[in-house]
Amino acid sequence: MSENKTILNIRDLDISFKTNAGTVHAIRGVNLDLQKGETVAIVGESGSGKSVTMKAAMGLLDANATVNRGEILYTYTDEKGQETTVDLLKLPKKQLRQHYNGQRIAMVFQDPMTSLDPTMTIGKQIMEGMFLHKNMSKEAAKARALELLQLVGITDAEKRFKNYPHQLSGGMRQRVVIAIALSADPDILICDEPTTALDVTIQARILELIMDIQENMKLSVIYITHDLGVVAKVADYVNVMYAGKIVEVGNVNEIFFEPKHPYTWGLLSAMPDLETEDDRLYSIPGSPPNLLHEPKGDAFAARNQFALAIDEKAEPPLFQVSPTHWAATWLLHPDAPKVEIPPELQARLERARKEAEKYL
Amino acid sequence: MSQTNKNLQEPLLEVSNLIQHFRVSRSFTVKAVNGVSFNIYPGETYGLVGESGSGKTTIGRSVIRLYQPTSGSVRFQGREIAGKLDGETREVLRKDMQMIFQDPMASLNPRKKVEDIIGEGLMIHGLAKDRKERQQLVGDMLKKVGLSPEHAARYPHQFSGGQRQRVGIARALIMNPKLIIADECISALDVSIQAQVVNLMKDIQEETHCAYLFIAHDLSMVKYISDRIGVLHLGYMVEAGTKEEIFSNPVHPYTKSLLSAIPHPNPEVERHRTAVAYDYASSGIDYAAGTKHSVGGSHVVLGTDEEIRTWTA
Repeated sequence: MSENKTILNIRDLDISFKTNAGTVHAIRGVNLDLQKGETVAIVGESGSGKSVTMKAAMGLLDANATVNRGEILYTYTDEKGQETTVDLLKLPKKQLRQHYNGQRIAMVFQDPMTSLDPTMTIGKQIMEGMFLHKNMSKEAAKARALELLQLVGITDAEKRFKNYPHQLSGGMRQRVVIAIALSADPDILICDEPTTALDVTIQARILELIMDIQENMKLSVIYITHDLGVVAKVADYVNVMYAGKIVEVGNVNEIFFEPKHPYTWGLLSAMPDLETEDDRLYSIPGSPPNLLHEPKGDAFAARNQFALAIDEKAEPPLFQVSPTHWAATWLLHPDAPKVEIPPELQARLERARKEAEKYL
Repeated sequence: MSQTNKNLQEPLLEVSNLIQHFRVSRSFTVKAVNGVSFNIYPGETYGLVGESGSGKTTIGRSVIRLYQPTSGSVRFQGREIAGKLDGETREVLRKDMQMIFQDPMASLNPRKKVEDIIGEGLMIHGLAKDRKERQQLVGDMLKKVGLSPEHAARYPHQFSGGQRQRVGIARALIMNPKLIIADECISALDVSIQAQVVNLMKDIQEETHCAYLFIAHDLSMVKYISDRIGVLHLGYMVEAGTKEEIFSNPVHPYTKSLLSAIPHPNPEVERHRTAVAYDYASSGIDYAAGTKHSVGGSHVVLGTDEEIRTWTA
């Protein structure tokens, strides 16, 4: 699927927020690659920094945020057909707004009710971006908007064109938001929890829709989610984020069948699959650390039943497991004691692998 | 558990032919619930599933009498609670049936301290003699739900989402209810926090033997926590049975489509799976024409004779 051309490259991103209580160090050195045509998922609990990372790429950070270091390199082919790379963090806000946001990098937000303007018809909202970025005539924009509405699976587009957001159901609204995001033919689509507000039947349809469009338009997609079911369905690569750091990266099969980081084990165990028969669900003890007080050593140590003595002292680097798979845990250090995956999860991974074999 | 209970015990809650309509204007009435019946036995968990707009929340709210049911009967501990409530019935209903809401932020009064939120019912029903006793009871309850008694002096905004939901659960539990209606009570929480809250609910059920009406759209969680399940669509209960019956042998096309939409945490399976689409308008099924058919055990499906024959064939 991918042409092995890196389109978005986040290097050592470090962001903190000034609050009344003190400085919150929300992003602590994040690296992330997105290849053309690929889908990358960022998974983590609320407060792990997954949304902030992507907001930084869109220039949507709140006023109290400071980017301490790092760069977000975006590579694209410009109007003259030349390949250009820019650092999105260094661009003036105005230029970012005019030439990148919406036009080249588009975003779909979690709640379709709050991301649509209740006082404008959906047709107008879809055309807005085309007028701004593409200088289209009214007729051309309307034709394109109707085409987009059909693309996202809205029947009788002509009629819906004149509807206001409140006249549509939740699933329909999210389709409209996707249509708006696609209106200026972006290269990258960032989906921030696109289906969390929707129920399962509609969730499946929206995800399949995004996948179809991705194939047709050669889009690169970044999903921000905490739902591992969504990740399994859509992602090529998965980044597991915890306390402002990426703790495990790998392709989707590596993360789901051979997870290495205890936090990923926890996330996988906490989600009941349909075969779960245990009396109790596994839950990761405690809650994520407060980044007001920066944790010493491994941020996950306090909640980790497999924590080693060194976890208290030093932060683990990313250890390579395979060419595409890295995990930041001291357990992978050659001198570390051998630790077995919890037996319930082990059984579940076996089951998942066996199920998967049917399709290989 | 439910199977043995059923033969020994009277149902705690009997809902029969519940109809709930909302008149929006002279010419338009929203028919949210159209003749739904189910029973809940003491100590069991009954799961209600369905997409948004299927009427599952409305049923919960009608049962606890936040709405006035249009018609039908709701019997709680042998008392009719669907019609006008006399003082004594109201007292029983408000004490023995409690609700946990979806959004833990919106359901807690931001201007009250946790102690007042949790203890309000105690004072109203005279279950605590004075402030000191109330403080003691609230402190014990906070410990039970995994918070500490010192949290009683805090305001809701000082808690995280999972902790807030624990406060909501403590508020429901302090009245020692027989039935708790949990309306999407974990949907707003993170995966790992969901597991904590669900475990807590299971522990409490074991200890106090209360029954849950668990309303949710997350089917894997519903399967995990429920003994019996009812599937709702457009205000009709299209299928009901034990969780084994529903999950291993779904009969109604809507149930099948709902089950096929559950995401599996397995990338290879997911890549090859497509959800079965179900469209009521084009399916040719008329829910109003259907009657309940038993397809073995306690498994019931709504449909006409002919439909049942084709579905089970």
